Amino acid sequence: MSIIVDKNTRLIIQGITGNEGQFHGEQMIKYGTKVVAGVVPGKGGETCLGVPVFNTVSEAKEKTNANASIIYVPAAFATDAVLEAIDAGIKVVVCITEGIPTLDMIKVYWETKANDVILIGPNCPGVISPGKCKVGIMPGHIHLEGRIGVVSRSGTLTYEIVYELTKSKLGQSTCIGIGGDPIIGTKFIDALKMFKNDPETDAVVMIGEIGGTDEEMAAEYIRTEFNKPVIGFVAGLTAPPGKRMGHAGAIISGGTGTAKEKIKALNSANIPVAERPDQIARLVKEMLAN
Amino acid sequence: MKIHEYQAKEILRQYNVPMPPNKFVTDVESAKSAGNEVGFPCVVKAQVHVGGRGKAGGIKLAQNLDELVEHTNKIFGMNIKGITVKKVLIEKAADIDKELYLGIVIDRARNLPVIMASPAGGIDIEEVAAKTPEKILIIPLKASIGLAPFIIKKIAYSLNIPKEGMKDFSLVAKGLYNAFIDKDCSLAEINPLVITKQNQILACDAKMNFDDNALSRHPEIEELRDESEEEPLETIARKKHVNYVKLDGEIGCIVNGAGLAMATMDLIKHFGGEPANFLDIGGGAKAEQVTEALKIVTSDKNVNTILFNIFGGIVRCDLVAEGILKALEILKLTIPIVIRLSGTNEDKAREMLKGTKLIPMLTMSDAAKKAVEISKSITQ
Repeated sequence: MSIIVDKNTRLIIQGITGNEGQFHGEQMIKYGTKVVAGVVPGKGGETCLGVPVFNTVSEAKEKTNANASIIYVPAAFATDAVLEAIDAGIKVVVCITEGIPTLDMIKVYWETKANDVILIGPNCPGVISPGKCKVGIMPGHIHLEGRIGVVSRSGTLTYEIVYELTKSKLGQSTCIGIGGDPIIGTKFIDALKMFKNDPETDAVVMIGEIGGTDEEMAAEYIRTEFNKPVIGFVAGLTAPPGKRMGHAGAIISGGTGTAKEKIKALNSANIPVAERPDQIARLVKEMLAN
Repeated sequence: MKIHEYQAKEILRQYNVPMPPNKFVTDVESAKSAGNEVGFPCVVKAQVHVGGRGKAGGIKLAQNLDELVEHTNKIFGMNIKGITVKKVLIEKAADIDKELYLGIVIDRARNLPVIMASPAGGIDIEEVAAKTPEKILIIPLKASIGLAPFIIKKIAYSLNIPKEGMKDFSLVAKGLYNAFIDKDCSLAEINPLVITKQNQILACDAKMNFDDNALSRHPEIEELRDESEEEPLETIARKKHVNYVKLDGEIGCIVNGAGLAMATMDLIKHFGGEPANFLDIGGGAKAEQVTEALKIVTSDKNVNTILFNIFGGIVRCDLVAEGILKALEILKLTIPIVIRLSGTNEDKAREMLKGTKLIPMLTMSDAAKKAVEISKSITQ
């Protein structure tokens, strides 16, 4: 097993004819993901990457029996693309797009909750269940099929850590990049709840960063309800307050959201936090041995 | 994005928020006529983005024209936390009975905007939250309901707003909320919100921050940006679409991806060095971005060593190496550069860098360690 995406995922690419959509669409197909359709308004009837293109998501779903969608459309159109996927009855939506206004995202967030939709992102690398299915922009080859869950607010830092895990022969069940924005569809707690119910996940690596209090809330959940080892990492110990560090959500504001506080919260829930990315694999092995 | 108090007040005035008469000025002469216009006593307020301007002497009460001249002379040119004051707001002093707090922020944990109100106004709300959290009323604002009249009433009663002030309070709350939503704010607050001895309700300070992701649909807000308040290198970087934040150390960092960039800074510190900046050239690490990044990082005179940390996942490392070599040729740099490239074609990339001045390292930790070592040998 794995979570969110697997061999049964039938994927729509919203924005398949754009540069990003085509490039990553091809990469996903090469990885073995079942891409069944593309959606681009005005290009219905065309073919792209060997799959049919439709004008609307509902038509694509109806004709191809798709059950997931990935969104590569510019920020100005991305919220509408997510809402369209939700309206069409798609239950897993991955939004790669960066730069969506927060107030727009809040509306989308509550729509996903009202319709039981799992939204990954926005501003994220997507989700991969190694050896089964890749729905995102992450390099597939650095992953290895296995039993470690990974959940992270970052992109390349996640690749770095996943690659370390792979080199240490610690394969992954599912790796989720939940995104770097202040409001995201799936938070650490949501991902942990899914990993808890996955019999093929033995331990979880959680990669946080400055901003917000999701790590603290996850720490409390892990302490009280989670039943598997968790290994943490938090980026941004040297980040100054009040400055946005690349990600829209990576900002220490009003004294909350510091890396120090997050590490403290994780430690007090008995979660070991690596000081360096290259210590994570060793910590996972230690936790699994105990 | 941040704006000044006088700009926030101009916006709130358009939303019918009551406030004392005020005028924004940039020299002593116009301050004098502003004083006469708004009336005495009046407050002279330095317009800077940094907090704590009152404690720094940037806010003074003037009883008459002589005092106004004396204060404005002092405040213009005053240095507040590294920023030279060039703008001043002259505002009629309110006859204060009570100081309250009213603010709206995005609550990331609740996934909603929340309105916060407190009878403990005039001091930092963070301080109130830390010491007396029971003094803050927080109400989430669902999009379907917004700031409904019953919520305004609930807040007004909790703040003991006098009957005569209810109408004004409602104007303040509605105005603040509508401005927050219309202008895509990340924060909008009035602190203090004053109840005068005559039971008027007046916004005596205003602060608004905006969602950077929404600025493209608010050119009128983008126009309010005060570049003199920004770190000059950060302004250049923003215009080149490079994510850059200046810090005080000596090791310039160029990294692809924001999380990896933060982790790289932390690693430098971990090995006893000091990062000079945060810089994310984007996951793709394109040649133009590399060149712009190198230009910005080397413009910081504190930088004595550069550390490149690139995780080339789908991006090919040989292409990144080619971009870096091209940029170095154009910029003719002599500064030591430690580089770590990991991912597709990394061996080929290392081969290309052989014989150049670049110092290639295999892992992120080794690269950070090496950069710290070199930086320290230069400083000593």
